[in-house]
Amino acid sequence: MLEIKNLHARIAEDGTEIINGLNLTVKAGEVAAIMGPNGSGKSTLSYVLAGRDDYEVTEGDIFYNGESILDMDPAERASAGLFLAFQYPMEIPGVATMQFLKVALNEQRKARGEEELTTPDFIKKVREAAGTLGVEMEMLKRPLNVGFSGGEKKRAEILQMKLLEPKLCVLDETDSGLDIDALKIVADGVNALRSPDRAVIVITHYQRLLEYIVPDTVHVLSKGRIVKTGDKSLALELEAKGYADIIAEAA
Amino acid sequence: MAATMTKPAEAPLTATETALVAQFGDRSSHLPGNADAVMARDKAVQAIKAHRLPTRKVEAWHYTDLRRLLNQFPDWRSDVAAGAADPLLEDAHRFVLVNGQMAERAQIEGCQIESVADALRADVGGVALEAPADADDAVGAINTAFVTDGVRLSIAEGAHIERPIEFQSIHDGGQAHTRNLITVGAGAKASFIDRHLGSDEAVLASNVTELTVREGAEIRWIIVQEQGAAASHLGKLTLTLEKDAKATLFIANYGGKLVRQEVHAAATGEGADLTFRAINLIGERTHCDVTLELDHLVADTTSTETVRNVVTGKAQGVFQGQIRVAQAAQKTDAQMACNTLLLSDEGGFATKPELEIFADDVVCAHGATVAEIDEDHLFYLMARGISAKTARGLLIEAFVDEIVEELDDDALIEALEIRIADWLEAHG
Repeated sequence: MLEIKNLHARIAEDGTEIINGLNLTVKAGEVAAIMGPNGSGKSTLSYVLAGRDDYEVTEGDIFYNGESILDMDPAERASAGLFLAFQYPMEIPGVATMQFLKVALNEQRKARGEEELTTPDFIKKVREAAGTLGVEMEMLKRPLNVGFSGGEKKRAEILQMKLLEPKLCVLDETDSGLDIDALKIVADGVNALRSPDRAVIVITHYQRLLEYIVPDTVHVLSKGRIVKTGDKSLALELEAKGYADIIAEAA
Repeated sequence: MAATMTKPAEAPLTATETALVAQFGDRSSHLPGNADAVMARDKAVQAIKAHRLPTRKVEAWHYTDLRRLLNQFPDWRSDVAAGAADPLLEDAHRFVLVNGQMAERAQIEGCQIESVADALRADVGGVALEAPADADDAVGAINTAFVTDGVRLSIAEGAHIERPIEFQSIHDGGQAHTRNLITVGAGAKASFIDRHLGSDEAVLASNVTELTVREGAEIRWIIVQEQGAAASHLGKLTLTLEKDAKATLFIANYGGKLVRQEVHAAATGEGADLTFRAINLIGERTHCDVTLELDHLVADTTSTETVRNVVTGKAQGVFQGQIRVAQAAQKTDAQMACNTLLLSDEGGFATKPELEIFADDVVCAHGATVAEIDEDHLFYLMARGISAKTARGLLIEAFVDEIVEELDDDALIEALEIRIADWLEAHG
C-alpha cells in the first residue's frame, strides 16, 4: 500500500536535511510502528507523508497504491485516503467543529465523485462515531480544538479518522499527553478501524501505546532512516535496552 | 485647523470641486428647505470652497486624501429606474430612498415619522441644517449642501419596536444624499438596518444620521454598505447615548470604491454603554475608511470596539479610533481592537488608535494586528481533504464571522454571513 524509496527531505526554509535515505514498505492490513528517539525525524516523516510544504523532498519517492504522491497537495492526498492524526492538533478559532467535519467529509466525497451527505445523515454518522469515543456532541459545537484538553484533542483526531474512513492512517505520537484511560479509548478507536484493506502507521517514542495497538512490524528510525526492522518484540527490546544500544548495534 | 482655514488656496479647484460648486449653482433652487436651509446649504458650499476638500494635511483625513480620491462628481440623474430591494431581514419595516428621493415609507406603531424634506420646509417644528463646523467636516458639508430627503423618526418612550426598521438608500448612478434623524425615547427598544446599495454606475452618495438614545433605551444599529464597484460613499453618524442607554453599532462595509464612514459618538449619561463593531471587506482598488470618535463624558460609561478587516487586491483600508475620556469620566472602561487579515502583498491597512485620557481611574486599552492566513491552520484543514480554496475561505470567514456571531440574532447573523461568503467567493 505504501512504499517509501530512498526518501531524502529537508526543511524548505533553511535546507536542514531531516530524512536521509529512508526506505519503508507497509502492506494493506498491516499495523507498522515507527519508533525513534527525539530528533530522529518521526514528525517530519509524518508531515512529508501528509504533504506539508514546509518540507522539500530532494530525492527518492513515496508510492501510495503504486503511484507517486509527491505532486499531490495535502487535500488531494487526504481525499485519496491518507490521514494524519496530529501530535499537536491545531486550534482554529471561529470554525465550529461540526462545520469543519461536514465540509471535510463532503469535500472528500466530492473529490471522489460521490454524493454529498445530507445534514441528517451527517449528524447521525457523527453521533454514532462520537458515542464510541466518549466525545460529547456539546464539544463538537465549539470551535475546532479551541479549549479542548489534550485528551479531547486526541479523541477528536480519532473521531475525524473514524468519520473520514481513510485507507492509510498515520498516528503521530498520539499517545503523548494522554492518561491511561484516554489512551485506552484512543487505542480502541484505532483497533476498531483495523481491517485487511487498511494500513496504520503508529509513530511513537514509547512502547506504551503498542501494548494497546499491537503492531505487526516495528521499525527503528534514527537520523532520518530506518536502521532496524522487526516484529513487536523489537519494541520491547527497545524499551529494555534503550535507543542508544539498538542504534549502535544496527550501525 | 485654524491654519488650514487661513491658508490661501494653494492650487486651483480640482475638477471635482469645480463640478461640486457648479452643480450646487444648478441644483440649489430644486433642493428642499426654508430660507434657513437655503442659507445653511450656501454656507456649506462656501466652506468647501474656502477649506477645499481635505487632503492628508488635515489630521482627521491623514489616511484618506479626499481631494485626490474623490475624483468624480457625477451629474444628477432624474431618470432613475432602481426599485426597492428585499429587506435584509424579511419582517422589517422598510423605508426606501431612491437617489435621495423618498419612494416608500413605513408606518410603525409607537413611532412618529416624517420626511426630512418636509421638515426642512417647515418653519415651525422643522429641522435645521447646520453649516459645517470646520475643515474636518467635509462629509457634513457635502451632505448639508445637497441633501434631498430622509427619515425623521421618533420612537415613543417605552415603546418596544419588535420588527427591525430598515432604511434603504438605493441609487442607480448620479447623486444620492440622505439624512436620517432618529430619536429613541427613554426605555424604548429598537433595531435598525441602515443600508446603502445600488448599481455599478458611478455615484456620489452621502448620508448623515443623527441618532439620540434616551435614558435606559436600547438599540442595535447596523450599517450595511454594499454599493456597486464605482460608488463613492461618505457617511457620518452622530450618536448620543444618555444615562443607561445601550447601543450596539455594527458597520459592515463590503462595497463601494471610496468609502468614508465616520462615527461621532458620545456617552453623555452615566451607565451608557456602546458596543462598536466593524467589518471591512475590501478588494480591488477600494479605499475604505472607518473613523470613530468616541467621547466618554461622564463617569461609569463603558465601550468596546472591535474592527476586523479583510484586504485583497490593491485595496487600502483605514481605521481611526479615537477615544476621549473627560476628566469627570472616572471608571470608564473602553477596550479597542483592530485586526486585519491581509491577503495580498499590494493591499494595505492603516490603523490609528488614539486614547486621550483626562481622568485617572479608568481602564482603557487598544491593540492592532495585521496578519496573513495562518499556514498551520491551512495545512490542518487541507490534511482533512479540504481544498486550498475552501480552506482559505473557511479561515477568512471564521475571522470575520467571529464578531458577526456576537450579534445574538440568528436571522441577522445568517443574512450577514451569506453576504460575507458571497463577497469571499468573488474576491477571496
